[in-house]
Amino acid sequence: MADFYTKKVMDHFRNPRNMGEIKNADGVGTVGNPQCGDIMTIYIKVKDNRISDIKFKTFGCTAAIASTSIATEMVKGKTLDEAYNLTRNDVAKELGGLPAIKMHCSNLAADALREAINNYRKKKK
Amino acid sequence: MDYAATTPVDKEVIKEMLPYFDKTYGNASSIHTFGRDAFDAVEKAREQVAGIINAKPDEIIFTSGGSESDNLAIKGIAYKNKEKRKSEKNHIITCAIEHPAVLKVCNFLEKQGFNIEYIPVDKNGLININELENAISKDTFLITVMFANNEIGTIEPIEQIGKIAKKNNILFHTDAVQAVGKVPIDVNKQNIDLLSISSHKIYGPKGVGALYIRKGISIESLIHGGGHEKGLRSGTYNTPGIVGLGKACELSKDRFTKDVSHMKKLRDNLIKNVLKIEESYLNGHTTERLCNNTHFRFTAIEGESLNLMLDDKGIAGSTGSACSSKKLQASHVLLSIGLKPEEAHGSLRLTLGRYSTLEEIEYASDVLPDIVKKLRDMSPLWNG
Repeated sequence: MADFYTKKVMDHFRNPRNMGEIKNADGVGTVGNPQCGDIMTIYIKVKDNRISDIKFKTFGCTAAIASTSIATEMVKGKTLDEAYNLTRNDVAKELGGLPAIKMHCSNLAADALREAINNYRKKKK
Repeated sequence: MDYAATTPVDKEVIKEMLPYFDKTYGNASSIHTFGRDAFDAVEKAREQVAGIINAKPDEIIFTSGGSESDNLAIKGIAYKNKEKRKSEKNHIITCAIEHPAVLKVCNFLEKQGFNIEYIPVDKNGLININELENAISKDTFLITVMFANNEIGTIEPIEQIGKIAKKNNILFHTDAVQAVGKVPIDVNKQNIDLLSISSHKIYGPKGVGALYIRKGISIESLIHGGGHEKGLRSGTYNTPGIVGLGKACELSKDRFTKDVSHMKKLRDNLIKNVLKIEESYLNGHTTERLCNNTHFRFTAIEGESLNLMLDDKGIAGSTGSACSSKKLQASHVLLSIGLKPEEAHGSLRLTLGRYSTLEEIEYASDVLPDIVKKLRDMSPLWNG
C-alpha cells in the first residue's frame, strides 16, 4: 500500500507539518463528510492580508493527511488572493502525484483553505 | 498479523512439494511411470484433503483456489439445475456478508434470471436463522452460507443451516476458506453438500484449492477440456500445488488442537490489551469467533492511515475502510452488521496464525495506543 503513494506523500503523512489548531483563528474552514471518510479543518491567522499562521486537522486516509499538510506549507506567508487560487491540482502536483482514485475524495485541502479564507472575509465585513 | 489474507508455506509442505517440480514432474494423466507417480501423489493429496473435513477422497475436486471453488459450486449447481429443471426452481439463498467470490457469483446469476435472497446478519455477524427459514420456498434449490467470515471472524451456525437444508431437500454449499484448520468440520455431521477450501490460508501454496461435492450430486463444469476431475474441472494437474495442499491439510489436521489453543490464547490477549484504548470496540462475535481473528474499530480515526502507521512499525494489518478499497466503499460486512460508514472507516483487522508469538502480540499492544493517539490528535472528529 505504501508503494501506492509517492515518497513525498509518505513523508508528509509521517511528519505532518502545521498540524493542530489555532485557538483564536481569524478564519476556519471545514470540508468533507464522514461518510466518504475524509474531513479536514484548516485554521488561519491573517496579518497584512497574508497568511501569517496556518494549522490543520484531518480525519482520513494517508492522501488526505498528506495533502492538507503540504497545502499548509504551500500557502504560509502567501497573500490571501494567492492562497485562494491554490487548486487541487497544485496540491497533487506538489506531492509528486496522487493515485487517481484519491484525487477527488481525499484531495480537499484547497477547498478547506478557500473555506477558511471565505470565513475570514465574512467575519471582517 | 494478516494471516487471514494469506499464510507462509509451511517448511514441511515445501519439502513435500519440491520433488514434483523437477523429479516427479510427469503429467498425472500420462500412462508412463512418471505420470503414474504424479497420479499417485495427486490421489494421496485427495485423501489428505478429504481427511480434514471427513469426506471421501472421490468427493474432492482440485481447483485453482477458493474463488474458483465457490464459482464452480454455485454456478455448477445453478446451471445443472436450470438445465435439469428447466429453470423452474430458480431460487438461491445466501448471506449478506459472504466473500465477494460468493456474492459476485450470486449477482452474476441474478442477471441471468436466478432469484437470489440475501439474508441479513445481526450486529455480531450471525445470520438470521428465522429469516433464512422463512425465505425458503418450493423454488429454492441452493443455500450458500460461509462457514466463518473473513473480516470479522464470526462463525455461522453451519450445523443448524445444514439441518434446515436437509429437511427441505435443498443443497447446502459453504465457503470454508477461513474455517479450515480453525473450526472442526465434518461434512456428514454438519450436512454440508459442497464446501470450498483454499490452500494458501492453511500454510499451503497459492493457486490451488479444492471443492468437496457430496457423492451423488451432479454439477455443471465451468472449465471444459481434457476431462480431468471426472469432467468437472479440466486442466493438467498442478501436481506440486496439489501435493502442497494435501500436506497442508494433513498438518492442519494433526496440529489442530495445538494450533487452535495457541491462536486463541494470543487472540484473547490481544483483544484484552487493545480494548484498553479509550473508545475502542471489538467488531464481530465475542464467542462465535475464529480463534485467530481480532477486528477493532477506533472512534475518529481512519483505517488506511492506521494501517500505514502500523506498517511503519513492521505490523501488517488490514481495514474495512472505504479509503483503502478500490471502490471507495466501506466494507459490506461492516455495514451489514450495522456500523455507520464513519465507524467502518476506523476499523482494523489483525489476524494471527500458527507462527504468531506472544512477543508479537505484546509489541502490537505496545505501539497501537500511540498510533491511535497520534491520529486522534490529528483528527477534527476527536475531542479528547
